[in-house]
Amino acid sequence: MEAFCFILTGSFVALSCGLLGVFLILRKMAMVGDAISHAVLPGIVLAYLVSESRDTIPMLLGAAAVGVLTTLLIEWLYSKARLQMDASIGITFTWLFAIGIILISLYTGQVDLDQDCVLYGEIAYVPLDLWILPNGKMLGPGPVWITGGGFLLILGLVIFGFRGFEITTFNPEYAAAIGISTVFWHYLLMSAVSITTVISFESVGAILVVAFLIVPPATAYLLTDKLQHMLWLTALFGVLSAFFGYYLAVAIDGSIAGAMSVVAGIFLTLALLLSPKGGVLRKQKIPSRTVG
Amino acid sequence: MSLTAVEIHNLTVTYDRRPVLWDIDFSLPAGHLIGVVGPNGSGKTTLLKSIMQLIPSSSGYIRLFDQPLEEVRHRISYVPQRESVDWDFPVSVRQVVRMGRYRRGNLLRRLSAQDKALADHAIEQVGMTAFADRQISQLSGGQQQRVFIARSLAQEADLYFMDEPFAGVDAASEDAILKLLSSMKEAGKTVVIVHHDLQTARSFFDWMVLLNTRLIKAGVTKEVFTSQNLQEAYGGQLTILSQVSDLVQEKDFPIREKQYRDKP
Ligand SMILES: Nc1ncnc2c1ncn2[C@@H]1O[C@H](COP(=O)(O)OP(=O)(O)OP(=O)(O)O)[C@@H](O)[C@H]1O
Ligand SMILES: [Mg+2]
Repeated sequence: MEAFCFILTGSFVALSCGLLGVFLILRKMAMVGDAISHAVLPGIVLAYLVSESRDTIPMLLGAAAVGVLTTLLIEWLYSKARLQMDASIGITFTWLFAIGIILISLYTGQVDLDQDCVLYGEIAYVPLDLWILPNGKMLGPGPVWITGGGFLLILGLVIFGFRGFEITTFNPEYAAAIGISTVFWHYLLMSAVSITTVISFESVGAILVVAFLIVPPATAYLLTDKLQHMLWLTALFGVLSAFFGYYLAVAIDGSIAGAMSVVAGIFLTLALLLSPKGGVLRKQKIPSRTVG
Repeated sequence: MSLTAVEIHNLTVTYDRRPVLWDIDFSLPAGHLIGVVGPNGSGKTTLLKSIMQLIPSSSGYIRLFDQPLEEVRHRISYVPQRESVDWDFPVSVRQVVRMGRYRRGNLLRRLSAQDKALADHAIEQVGMTAFADRQISQLSGGQQQRVFIARSLAQEADLYFMDEPFAGVDAASEDAILKLLSSMKEAGKTVVIVHHDLQTARSFFDWMVLLNTRLIKAGVTKEVFTSQNLQEAYGGQLTILSQVSDLVQEKDFPIREKQYRDKP
């Protein structure tokens, strides 16, 4: 039962992050996902302080707001202040993340959060955090419900928004010319990334969120040249990473989030070697696309 | 044929307060193949983008079929420069062409069977049926250009703006594309094309807009393509000018057009 909880939570996070990550990677914005997943921290802390609870809704709102703010800041630094994209991203998220850390240290005692929890999560406590209805009925672990709900939300978004994300990612100029708002789809994606980060971070931490946002989509990108297949393969590699990652963690008695990231990395390595596009011998676009 | 497709008044566009288009003023009649010609950086791409409202203009107004863009968007098709997309993107030719059927209103729904048939027909028109399921990076430059044109055809518009559809295209593809454009014109469509090559421009288009930040001249090709106008547009670029004046002085049309005409 415990193993099932871990794997289920990990899989939900992997699926939500991976589906969004596909579009981030294709937009060459993987690092923006990374930035958002760190930068939402002050939003979470502020929401926590304002609502004085660890309720999900205020946290989601706080994070979504800061996520959009992050995107706005990055774009402002890039287009108005004329900095390079990577510099804009680096400045924005370290700055916001630092504010979050300061807030946490200022309000230690009031805030039941710490840096370790933010970075590495507390997936180990997932089975302990049980939700019980007022009438005493057991619902099971809360994080499973929260990440599951998040997954359904993202799944719906990707199914209904598929064509919108596809066309605004592939050819934004053309999309704008036929009257589709590229700004709307851009911020929809960024908000979704922010919300997913918040939903996931408590249980799995920012590092696994970033790994799941980037690594399974990058793996899938190597193996297919169809967008639909890329989404399916991303989902597959995400779930497999959660599954094998958990058993790896048990075997070495190590961090679950860390082990899941490692397994995701192993799949990527295999894909690099075995890619039908020619494996390592083909001109590889992975470094510049996903980390650039 | 006196219908006006494009009407532009006092259009000025600036990047960082530097004017790229200055006080442009012209109208284009419907039902013609119209070339937009000028040296590099003369604002040709900028002109198309401001017509499509992809960039803001500092002043002036633009009307298409005597209406603002928003009212007639479904009748307008825009083909961006080929460099505007990542050709490694994981989509097939067919998927790109189907995007021609996307609308703001149907984005959340699946495409209808009719939409898909229209896309397939467009692929056939540009002779890409054999490549329909290929990923777009596995195409030559000319084939990629045809994919963009097919997507545009699938839109079933009345007015087309194409940014350098002949760039990086070999003579055979060029002929094929030109035939297609001519047949569109015959069907009463208006096609406005940004074109680089002065050698071919004269034979391709029956109307022309000669541009260099300012409008040099817009009108029927014969009136626009004079050595005086070209000198004004390309002034200083002597090598081009000498080639061009050779061209202008030729009494007959250039050889290329003859080849094209002689084709069955
Ligand atoms: N995003 C931009 N920011 C600043 N300046 C720009 C931008 N885009 C274009 N320009 C400038 O505007 C001028 C016109 O550019 P435009 O792309 O319209 O020229 P063009 O006629 O299409 O050139 P080409 O024949 O090379 O395609 C150029 O001098 C260019 O440097
Ligand atoms: Mg141009």
